[in-house]
Amino acid sequence: MADQEFPAEPARFVFDTQSEAEIAKVLARYPQGKQASAVLPLLWLVQRQMARQTGSAWLPRGAMDVVAHRLEMPPIRVYEVATFYLMFNTKPVGRYHLQLCTTTPCWLRGSDDLVAACKKVAGIRAFGETSADGLFTMTEVECLGACVNAPILQINDDYYEDMDGELTVALLERLQRGEAPPAPGSMIGRQTSAPVGGATTLLDAAPRTAQPVTE
Amino acid sequence: MLSDSDRIFTNLYGQHDWHLAGARARGDWDGTASILARGRDAIIEEMKNSGLRGRGGAGFPTGMKWSFMPKKSDGRPAYLAVNADESEPGTCKDRDILRHDPHKLIEGSLIAGFAMGACAAYIYIRGEFYNEMVVLQTAVDEAYAAGLIGRNACGSSYDFEVYVHRGAGAYICGEETALLESLEGKKGMPRLKPPFPAAVGLYGCPTTVNNVESIAVAPTIMRRGAAWFSALGRPKNAGTKLFCISGHVNKPCNVEEELGIPLRELIDKYAGGVRGGWDNLLAVIPGGASVPLIPREICDTVLMDFDSLREVKSGLGTAAVMVMDKSTDLIRAIARLSQFYKHESCGQCTPCREGTGWMMRVMYRMAEGRAQVSEIDMLEQVTRQVEGHTICALGDAAAWPIQGLIRHFRPLMEARIASYRSQSLPVAAE
Repeated sequence: MADQEFPAEPARFVFDTQSEAEIAKVLARYPQGKQASAVLPLLWLVQRQMARQTGSAWLPRGAMDVVAHRLEMPPIRVYEVATFYLMFNTKPVGRYHLQLCTTTPCWLRGSDDLVAACKKVAGIRAFGETSADGLFTMTEVECLGACVNAPILQINDDYYEDMDGELTVALLERLQRGEAPPAPGSMIGRQTSAPVGGATTLLDAAPRTAQPVTE
Repeated sequence: MLSDSDRIFTNLYGQHDWHLAGARARGDWDGTASILARGRDAIIEEMKNSGLRGRGGAGFPTGMKWSFMPKKSDGRPAYLAVNADESEPGTCKDRDILRHDPHKLIEGSLIAGFAMGACAAYIYIRGEFYNEMVVLQTAVDEAYAAGLIGRNACGSSYDFEVYVHRGAGAYICGEETALLESLEGKKGMPRLKPPFPAAVGLYGCPTTVNNVESIAVAPTIMRRGAAWFSALGRPKNAGTKLFCISGHVNKPCNVEEELGIPLRELIDKYAGGVRGGWDNLLAVIPGGASVPLIPREICDTVLMDFDSLREVKSGLGTAAVMVMDKSTDLIRAIARLSQFYKHESCGQCTPCREGTGWMMRVMYRMAEGRAQVSEIDMLEQVTRQVEGHTICALGDAAAWPIQGLIRHFRPLMEARIASYRSQSLPVAAE
């Protein structure tokens, strides 16, 4: 992996004002003395701030120390958490993080074709690698929980559903051209999790009125 | 067939407005104060009478679970934790509730929290559901602004907070005690039980963990009554259920139906039938990755409910139906599930940490056929040594799909081994 393409570990990590505003909201959710509960939310904020500032959503070690200090936790407890949860990137990732579900429901619907398409367009040989231009990192993920719209390709926060090899190639080439990603959801025009061709239940045009309270 | 007027999730596909105004037009938040006014015991009694069994997979009666919470506080606060860490392969029902019917979940959290004397609900949503979390948080903000939750919720003089907490990619956090560990800011490693969460849960306080769907159906049950809900479905398997039908069907989809619907009817009527017709069906995993598969001859007649599926040595689980037609390499399909469990094992218990990796490696050899026939028995035996020997049920869940495969498709595995032998040239011993 071409690590030198990425900014190295920043000398110092400081939460910016946008993150600080979120931190204040987050800390209010947990009881006094239980601020360690905020470790996942704060690590998320680090990762988002890194994406804003550097284009790569990851957790530098120095930022974990900042989180530990803020939450009065031993740093090792924060490292443990950061490495236990798959979605925290302890190394830099590309601008577009391609998270490919290959678990059985997606595999049955052709996730192998998506993997092949990503490798081809990004010029990547294996999971975990980043493309030479730093645009794409490809990660194999487990079930994304959208199985009736399989196969799924998650790019950063968004699910692209009902994919196939050709759609994947077109999507990635679009990103390579510097265009914005399309709206997420079904790529074949389905109404969310309804069957292809339209829902066969819940066909009332108007929402139903309230039901009476039984006593 | 269930009529639309008996469906609870009337915005399942997101065809209507999910915001508060739209939710109210569909009947959410209607008379919530009068439901709370009936009191804790009456709410729990109604839920017990409804026959609702937990929708997260285990099928434990929801009303009874709520009744385990202390009736009088010893000074500690109590909590409701809503399990929105939906990660069971094949399952995508809670996602539709979170993004299309979030107010049902929030109202349900208030009713459930009130019934168990909780001061707050933490909704733990899986990290991948970022967009769903944004919708849910917006809906929570709307409910606060309208005075439906928070201080004096719905004008009931009961104070109740609802918080959204985002996970970060760990299937094990769907196990209730791992979820609590994660909420406390630790690695998601399950706790030994007892003590059960109702006695010692979040921050050492009484806590009940419920699945999203179990909580989201509660307001409708309270409005329409236990008798309405329990009249749907089958005895001891009451009510409606969200089914997710994925894999080799013509039209994969989510649908709400009565428990006890025949599997074949579910697939044919809602999912457009098996690809290539019913005769092209090989096997179905009827309840998410953790339950054993069932071969076609069982699929012909089996009913989709807890007890019917248990009778055929499988389970309803999360009601995630994975359909596999005759083109499927079934051994590889199960091997991929073994890989899933290996990846998601938290590593705390030795039988699971070591066993899931071992089972995965042997399963991939079985998929190739690069094995001895006697190893099928050894594999079976190892699954028995993992099953029941771990703190949580992940070990069992890793064992059962393999046991199902061996039970129903042993000849296929033997044929694969024989075919590998006949094709491979003799080589020096490894």
